[in-house]
Amino acid sequence: MSSRVPLTYGKKVIELFRSPKNLGKIDNADAEALAGSLACGDMIAIYLKIDETNGKIVDAKFESYGCAANIAAASILTEMIKGKSLQDAWKVSWKEVSDELGGLPSVKYHCGVLAVGALRRAIRDYYADKPKPDWLPQELTREEKQALEEEKLMEILSRRAQKSSAN
Amino acid sequence: MAYSDISRSISELIESHGIPKREVYLDNENSGQIIPEALKAMEDAYRWSGRGHPSITHLMGWISYQALYEATLRITSAINCSPEEIIYTHSGTEANNLAITGSALSSPNKRKILVSSIEHLSVVFPAERLEKQGFKVIKIPVNKDGFVNLDFISKHVDRETLIVSVAVVNHEIGTIQDVEAVRDTVRDKNKDVLIHTDACDALGKIPLDMKKLDVDLASFSSHKIYGPKGVGALYVKEGVRLEPIIHGQLSTQKLWPGVENVPGIIGFSKAVEYMHNNFKENVLRMIKLRDRLINGILERVDHAMLNGPFGEKRAPDNVNISFLYCEGEALTVELSLNGIYVSSGSACTSRVLEPSHVLLAIGRRHEEAHGSLLMKVTPFHVLEDIEYVLDVLPDAVKRLRSISPVKPLKQVR
Repeated sequence: MSSRVPLTYGKKVIELFRSPKNLGKIDNADAEALAGSLACGDMIAIYLKIDETNGKIVDAKFESYGCAANIAAASILTEMIKGKSLQDAWKVSWKEVSDELGGLPSVKYHCGVLAVGALRRAIRDYYADKPKPDWLPQELTREEKQALEEEKLMEILSRRAQKSSAN
Repeated sequence: MAYSDISRSISELIESHGIPKREVYLDNENSGQIIPEALKAMEDAYRWSGRGHPSITHLMGWISYQALYEATLRITSAINCSPEEIIYTHSGTEANNLAITGSALSSPNKRKILVSSIEHLSVVFPAERLEKQGFKVIKIPVNKDGFVNLDFISKHVDRETLIVSVAVVNHEIGTIQDVEAVRDTVRDKNKDVLIHTDACDALGKIPLDMKKLDVDLASFSSHKIYGPKGVGALYVKEGVRLEPIIHGQLSTQKLWPGVENVPGIIGFSKAVEYMHNNFKENVLRMIKLRDRLINGILERVDHAMLNGPFGEKRAPDNVNISFLYCEGEALTVELSLNGIYVSSGSACTSRVLEPSHVLLAIGRRHEEAHGSLLMKVTPFHVLEDIEYVLDVLPDAVKRLRSISPVKPLKQVR
């Protein structure tokens, strides 16, 4: 472990930050989800268009409120999952997102985690009123839990800060 | 990531970023340029007068001692104190640490420390470390503009109180504190309490006279007034006792052992001299640039709010504005791509999850703190620099807001 904490990005992050791919909403998306919150300074929305006949993702878009790494992570994730089946998209890990960006600095890992968390929420959203496939775990995965934890933690901190400043 | 990987990736990053055609450096909170006279004096000192160790008995030692002494006189004549009252450190952070921890070590029986809730982390963290060792640390609340609550101070200062630390100028939101009122409030309750003030952001920016201010301890930082990095100082009023917090070979000063950075101190003293001799015109110039920047941004960008006070109670260089629905770290990168270098109170620019404790303490919500930008103008900026920022910034904010899933409900324009 290095004694210095680098806060640098690979050039892929800067490229995707400058010209994000798949930015925007999908009207009448077949699945969509939001992870993070304004208070945590980190928020990703994922929109999916899905071919019902084969369960493949035909289009994926994102919106993001957050740092450059956050925007790049969401953008690259949508690139990675386009054309994949939902089952394969589910398997994409935050580490793969980070690798695809040329490696995120450790303090930015959570950007990859949040992107994957948002995607998995969107996939669950798709199956909300459909029979659940076997590969979809009932329990929340680590990435989904972390998104949830971040949201809860920041809610608490935010409320505490409001309270103390009101005094 | 291995060190070699980081170095390769940062080279690629810089190459991909490119050098912008026009550049405006406004991150003078974190560091910045050096005054040419200071650099020249340092270069001369490295070559000659600052070569030796000022405590050693040979010609080069004596020459170094003389150069160090003359540099100190430049500083002390600007702030009106005696040369014996200045202890050099290698940063403002070290000076703050020495003030807090050094006073705790020297009076271990007094166990109560008051620091304002918007102090620099180099005051907050040493205090919190002492808290773990059994000291009682009380954070003094501030109002929405960052002014400390004097009644609170009066209520909490007692016989047990060791030290009260309130900065003259807040480093993030530019609040110019009435330190004399703080001092009087504290001494009314207990005249033995040490008063420390972090004056790193005050030096050269507001009038500073140590006799008039009459505090016990005051911290200074060279790079904050466009001197070299790696030099700080602590004013320790005659008669005030501190214990050293680092130990080693004695130099000309007992409280901070290790060879003095004589060339750096000379550079620092030249920067102090420059800012002192040109004080009035520098300040007027900074205020003009500051107000143009603040007013221009608030006119051109919706959902933007100034952090810290308006007007004469604000440091002449400080601009701190929150942009809602826009994350600050992304904004620093977007501006960087356009050659404008600033910092943000967003959690993401630092290495912790929490945004700026200063902005939270003045009552900003998390999302307001995340969307904040900190810019500091200098006497060396010109109006065209500010106009360039005003041209670029609204579009930068607009682009990031267009990426965000949460958008302002109503755009006024």
